[in-house]
Amino acid sequence: MKSKSLAKWLISGPPLLYLLLFFAIPSLIMAFAAFRFPGDYGGLMPLTTANPDTGATELLINFGNWRDFLTLENFQRFFDEPIYFELFVKSFWYAGLTTVICIVLAYPLAWLIARSPRKTRDLLVLLVILPFWSNFLIRVYAWMIILGPQSYFSRALNSVLAVFGVEPVSLLFSQFAVIVGLVYVHLPFMVLPLYANLEKHDMALLDAAQDLGANAWQRFWKVTWPLSLPGVWAGTALVFIPALGMFAIPDLLGGTNSMMIGNLIKQQYLDSRDWPFGSVLSIMLTFTVLLLAALAAWAGSRGKDKR
Amino acid sequence: MALLEIRDVVKTFGDFTAVNHVSLAVEAGEFFTLLGPSGCGKTTLLRMLAGFEQPDSGEILLDGKNMAGVPPEKRPVHTVFQSYALFPHMTVAQNIAFPLKMAGVASAEIPKRVDEVLEDVRLQQFARRYPHELSGGQRQRVAIARALVNRPRLLLLDEPLSALDAKLREQMQIELINLQKEVGITFVYVTHDQGEALALSHRIAVMSQGQVEQLDAPETIYSYPKSRFVADFIGQCNLLDATITEVQPGRMKVEIEGVGTAEALPVAGAQVGGKGTLTLRPEKIKLGATLPQGNADEVHFKGRVHDCLYLGDVTIYIVELDNGTLVETMLPNSGSGKAKFFDDNDLVELAWRFDAGHFVLA
Ligand SMILES: Nc1ncnc2c1ncn2[C@@H]1O[C@H](COP(=O)(O)OP(=O)(O)O)[C@@H](O)[C@H]1O
Ligand SMILES: [Mg+2]
Repeated sequence: MKSKSLAKWLISGPPLLYLLLFFAIPSLIMAFAAFRFPGDYGGLMPLTTANPDTGATELLINFGNWRDFLTLENFQRFFDEPIYFELFVKSFWYAGLTTVICIVLAYPLAWLIARSPRKTRDLLVLLVILPFWSNFLIRVYAWMIILGPQSYFSRALNSVLAVFGVEPVSLLFSQFAVIVGLVYVHLPFMVLPLYANLEKHDMALLDAAQDLGANAWQRFWKVTWPLSLPGVWAGTALVFIPALGMFAIPDLLGGTNSMMIGNLIKQQYLDSRDWPFGSVLSIMLTFTVLLLAALAAWAGSRGKDKR
Repeated sequence: MALLEIRDVVKTFGDFTAVNHVSLAVEAGEFFTLLGPSGCGKTTLLRMLAGFEQPDSGEILLDGKNMAGVPPEKRPVHTVFQSYALFPHMTVAQNIAFPLKMAGVASAEIPKRVDEVLEDVRLQQFARRYPHELSGGQRQRVAIARALVNRPRLLLLDEPLSALDAKLREQMQIELINLQKEVGITFVYVTHDQGEALALSHRIAVMSQGQVEQLDAPETIYSYPKSRFVADFIGQCNLLDATITEVQPGRMKVEIEGVGTAEALPVAGAQVGGKGTLTLRPEKIKLGATLPQGNADEVHFKGRVHDCLYLGDVTIYIVELDNGTLVETMLPNSGSGKAKFFDDNDLVELAWRFDAGHFVLA
């Protein structure tokens, strides 16, 4: 018994320690930072100082003066200025749209892979993850070229539009370009969990559904789709959450009006050096995502009870 | 007019012929069984009836209508799959409601219809369970209920009991017979288990290598197999190679190779010199230390007990005839309280009525 629990700790200990050191503790530091004042030259207002005589570190904050060091002002600012809320809404919209487009594109692809002969299947999966072998930024730069005004793609598109008397469009530096980039980067994360799910489906169920009078459309919506929901949810989590925090793609492909929360957070930390407000934004983002996940789980369990 | 008519149907996969010129007719209300060893084309034939496969040639008529080109979802035919294929994300009630919904039955009427069929298969209290919460036998009944609920013209069952253990299988067989009587729907049942086929069916088509070998009532198939294959496949049977030596009205003589002459019922096409097999069921053979001679209707041989198999209710005695041919016989262990009447190497006599042996031409 004893040695068994020891073995358990030996196995799960290192990853737990890793998560504690590099995830839990930084998150707590960030959460605490949200309640502090920015420093005079950015960063955080210090809570400690070096004693000029001894050089020893001394705590400045104490039970009498903590109000000079801790504040709710950062949160106040978030809720007072509607622009931040609007940015949240827009980011959720981008991430949501990206997720939906990824589902629509990934589903047929995942189905095709899952129904291919064993050998082809492995090759196709390899092709799906192939883009990961080249650097993320290089792939986004490639999109800058593809969508740029001088690209064959843009020129072909605009000459077609000209036939219909439509003004030439500029693809790059637009919301369109941001969505294209987000979908492109996240698509494999939707394909893989969907494939893993669809591959396990029992084809006899589709035969049974057809035998019992279901046409192709009904077979999909009554059998395949509900059984694939775990895969859809896994893919959604893998696409929606990273897409929500993405800043590189709006930076590179977006225009002035396609900023996302990620850009704002990055701006606060790196450009304005307002760490407390950056922390507030990060916390609000995490909080909203958790709230949504809880709501989804609750709705899911309620739906199950009803059945 | 027959409910289902299969006319000269052929189905090949590549250069392999899975179903080879099959013709048969199934009457409304019949419990019809396709029986044959694994790989003989039963499932393929069933899938053509359901519409999942198209015949290469030949026709399938249901109620006189040619089914060519009619997709499975449009046929008034439902299938009970070997794996049951219950929808895991639906409760028992939802599974059973599925075909009703697909058929556009008014949603107000669905619960009533589901309850009725649940009662038929005695699963009322399981309506809200999911398939994974049921035993094998219960899943089986759900699959049957689901296929029956909107009263198909034809119910196809592909080895539906093969996943159950022996005890449960026997119980389900009785339930199936009763259910079929009750609902009056025509069943086409596929099995490789001859006992099951004999117990359940009104008529049996014995299949071998894509062809129908014999189509008859169970008693006929058992007592008068038309070929050596059927005799061998159905039940235990002694197969004695023999040649016809004399044909008279009502009786003929055959020479069992190296054993002697025996009388048998004449068969169609019998001619002197015709070669074939005398098929003889173990339970039709009398066995004794000495048996009364002189009955003109009886065939008589002497032998020596080669092996005994004690089975509880009966003991099987394998008797070696003079030339080394082994004949299987059996004696019930009823009455005397004895477990065995003979031991290995005992000298015994065999006898059977001349019409118990059934001759099949090669
Ligand atoms: N889709 C298919 N492709 C190729 N061969 C098949 C296919 N379906 C069945 N067969 C072959 O046809 C033969 C009959 O199969 P089946 O009808 O399943 O036999 P049974 O149900 O009597 O065991 C088998 O030899 C099988 O390998
Ligand atoms: Mg089969």
